[in-house]
Amino acid sequence: MWGIIINRFKQGFRTTLSYPKEVPSFPQRFRGKPVLNNTADTPCPINKSKDPLGAVASGKKLTLDMGKCLFNEDLKAICPKGILTYSQDHRLAVSKKKDLILQGEEVKLARALNEKTRKIFGRSLKLREVCAGSCSGCDAEIQAMGNIVFDLSRFGIQFVASPRHADGLMITGPVTKNMELALKKTYEAVPHPKIVIAVGACAINGGPFQGGRDVHDGVDGLIPVDLYIPGCPPHPLTILDGLLRLLGKLENKENNFR
Amino acid sequence: MKQHELYVRNGQNWEWDRIPILEEDSFRQEILRECSHGARLVNLFAYPEGSGNIRIFSMLGRDHEGKLRLLSMRIPIKKGCFQSLTPELPQAHLFEREIAEQFAITPVGHPWLKPVRYHQNYCDAPDLWPAVSSRSIPGVYPFYRVDGEEVHEVAVGPVHAGIIEPGHFRFQCHGEEILNLEIQLGYQHRGIEKMMENVSMERSVLLAESIAGDTVIGHAMAYCHLIESLSDCEISPRAEAIRAIALELERLSNHIGDLGALSTDIGFLPPAAYFGRLRGEFLNLLMELSGNRYGRSLCRVGGVLFDLDQEMIKDFQKRLLVARKDLKEICDLFFTKSSVLSRLEGTGIVSNKIAKELGLVGPTARASSCGLDVRTDYAFGLYRFHHIPISTVLSADVYARALMRRLESQRSIEFILEILNQIPDGDLQIKSAALKPKHMALSMVEGWRGEIVHVAITDAHSRITRYKMKDPSFNNWMGLSMAVRGAQISDFPLCNKSFNLSYAGHDL
Ligand code: SF4
Repeated sequence: MWGIIINRFKQGFRTTLSYPKEVPSFPQRFRGKPVLNNTADTPCPINKSKDPLGAVASGKKLTLDMGKCLFNEDLKAICPKGILTYSQDHRLAVSKKKDLILQGEEVKLARALNEKTRKIFGRSLKLREVCAGSCSGCDAEIQAMGNIVFDLSRFGIQFVASPRHADGLMITGPVTKNMELALKKTYEAVPHPKIVIAVGACAINGGPFQGGRDVHDGVDGLIPVDLYIPGCPPHPLTILDGLLRLLGKLENKENNFR
Repeated sequence: MKQHELYVRNGQNWEWDRIPILEEDSFRQEILRECSHGARLVNLFAYPEGSGNIRIFSMLGRDHEGKLRLLSMRIPIKKGCFQSLTPELPQAHLFEREIAEQFAITPVGHPWLKPVRYHQNYCDAPDLWPAVSSRSIPGVYPFYRVDGEEVHEVAVGPVHAGIIEPGHFRFQCHGEEILNLEIQLGYQHRGIEKMMENVSMERSVLLAESIAGDTVIGHAMAYCHLIESLSDCEISPRAEAIRAIALELERLSNHIGDLGALSTDIGFLPPAAYFGRLRGEFLNLLMELSGNRYGRSLCRVGGVLFDLDQEMIKDFQKRLLVARKDLKEICDLFFTKSSVLSRLEGTGIVSNKIAKELGLVGPTARASSCGLDVRTDYAFGLYRFHHIPISTVLSADVYARALMRRLESQRSIEFILEILNQIPDGDLQIKSAALKPKHMALSMVEGWRGEIVHVAITDAHSRITRYKMKDPSFNNWMGLSMAVRGAQISDFPLCNKSFNLSYAGHDL
C-alpha cells in the first residue's frame, strides 16, 4: 500500500492535457493539415509517380483530397517547387466528403449535429468501435484517446462493449470483404438515432489498399457516414477535435470550448 | 550423389537458377532431417512458375550458425497435391494451409486442413473450398468440437468488446476449464501480398507500413532491406543507426503498452495509467523523429527521410534518461506486488517443448527459454556492429512474458543511449539501382513481436512476381491456443494480452 502511495508521488502530476483550452504544440516535423501553395502563376509540373494513391488532382487549380492522402512525407515531392507542405494544424475532421478536398489552406471543418440530435448526444455519447480491416494503427490512436493524457471520458464520450448500448459507430479500415457482413450487422444493432464516424484514410477511401481485390474502398456506400476524420492514422487530438465539433462543443474556427 | 546445397543469409540475394530442386520425397526427408537436428522452419511458401508447375520453397533456419538452408520442389498443377509435413512437423501446419488456400494444392494427410484467411486463390484454379471462398466467414466453417455431457461451447467475435481487431474465438469448455480453443482469423485480410506484385514502388512501401500498424518500422525496414538487397544498394551507417533507433523505440512503446494492458487486466490501475503515459513518451519520440507517432515515412529504400541533429540527440538523451528512471520505478511497483505475482505466475504456460514444436518466435519464444532473436542470430544493419544482449526466462507463463517485456525495454533504452552517443556519419538516403532480374532475396528483422520475414522473387524483366511476407503473429497464434488449454476461461483475456498478437499481421 505504502509502495503505491510513494510511487504516486514520484510519478507526480504531469498527466492530462488541458485541451481544448490549450492546444499542445506539435513537433516541427509533425504532418498536420496539408497546405497547397496555389498562388504561383506558372503551374507546377506534377510528378504523378510520387502520388500513387491519386490524392492530388490538377484541374484549373491543384486540389488535394485529404481522404486519399496518407500524410506521408514523400508526397511533398510531387512538385519540386514545394507547392505542397504540411502545417502543424491538427484539425481535419469534416462532415461532408467533398469538404475533404482542399484547394488552398481553408478546411470546412465539421459542423455540429442538428439541435435535436445534439440534445440527445451532447452530454453523453457512447460509441462502439468496429475495426474493419485496419492495420490497427487507427485503432491504437482511438484507444490512446482513453488514456490519462487525453482522457476522453471527461467529455462524456465513452466506448462501449455492445452496439446495443451505443449511440453510434466509429469505424476504421477499408472494410474488407470478410468484415462487410459483421459491420452491417453491428450497424443494424445500434438503436436509432445513430451516427457513424469514419476514422483514417482507409475508412474514408480505402487508404493504401484502395482498389484491392479483397477490400471495399471505405465505409461510404455500405453505410451512411456523418463525420470523416482523415489521417494515417489521425493523431488522437485530431479525432477528439472531430468528436467535439460534431457535438457542437467547439466553435468553428477557434478552439473555444462551449 | 550428394545434392548441391544452398545456404543463404539475412539480406542476401541469389540467382534464381541456383536454388536446388529436389524430388518431392527427398525434399520432405531433408526438411524433416534438418528440423530433427535443430533447424527451424522459417518459411514455406509456393510460387506459380508458369509452365504448369508450382514451386514450393522451404527456408530452414540454423539459428546458431546464422544461415538458412534453401530447398525447393516442383509440383505439376495437374497433380495438385503433395504429402503434408504437418503430422511429423507441427510447425508446418499453418504454412501448408496457406499454400493450399493461395494456390489450390492439397497437402495430403494434413490433420486440420482449413482455409486460413478466406479468399479466392491466386492462380485462377478452382478453390479447394468452393463453398466458403465466396461467402463471408465464419460461414460454413466446421470448428473442432468436443462432445459430452456438460461440455459447452463459447463463441466470441469477430467484433469484440474492446477497441481491438476482429477475429473469431471458439472455446470448447467443461465448466470453467478450456478443453480446446480454436482461433479463426481472416477478417482483416486485405490481400497485401498479392497487391505488392502489382503496385509501384512508391505505393508498395506505403503498403509495407500498413501491414500491422504497431509494427510500422519493423515491416518497413524489412521491405526496404529486401529491395536494397535486390538492387545491391548499401545504405549509410547513419541511416542504419537511425533505423535501429526507430526499431527500438517501436519495441519500447509496444512492450510498455503491453505492460499497461496487463495491469489493466488484473485491475491494478496505478501502474496501468503510468505505463500508458510512458508508452506515449516513446511514441512522441518517434513523432519528433519522423513526424508520425508510429514512425511512418521514416524508412525508405536507400535510407531514411529524417535525420537526427545534435540538438535532437541531446533532447532524446535527456528524455530517455527520465524514461529509464520512470520505467524502473513503475516496474518495481508492478513486479513486486504479491497480488500481481499470484495472478501472473503459473498462468498460461507454454512449455519449451511446445514452443519449439510450434515454431514460436520473438519474446514469446524467449519467455519459454528458446534463445532465438534475429538481432543476434541473423544480425542485420547496425546490429552487426552493436550487439544487444538477449534475455530468456524459464517459467514460460504470463509472468515470464511480462518480465521479457521489462527486460527487453531496459536493454532497448541502453542500446539507444549507446548509439546516440556515437551516431556515425553518412548520407541519409542514397539512390538505388534497378532490381536484378531472376533473383530471389531474403530479409529478416526482429520486430517487437519477433521474427519478420520478407522474401521477393523477380522475373527476367526485374519485376517482382512474388512477394512473401510473414509477421511473427503467423507463428505465434497457435501458441495462444496452447497456453489456454486446460486453463480457466476467465484466464483467457490475461493470456491473450500477454501474447498481444496482430490480427492484421496474420491476415495480411
Ligand atoms: S488509415 Fe493508415 S493507420 Fe489507419 S488503418 Fe489505414 S493504414 Fe492503418
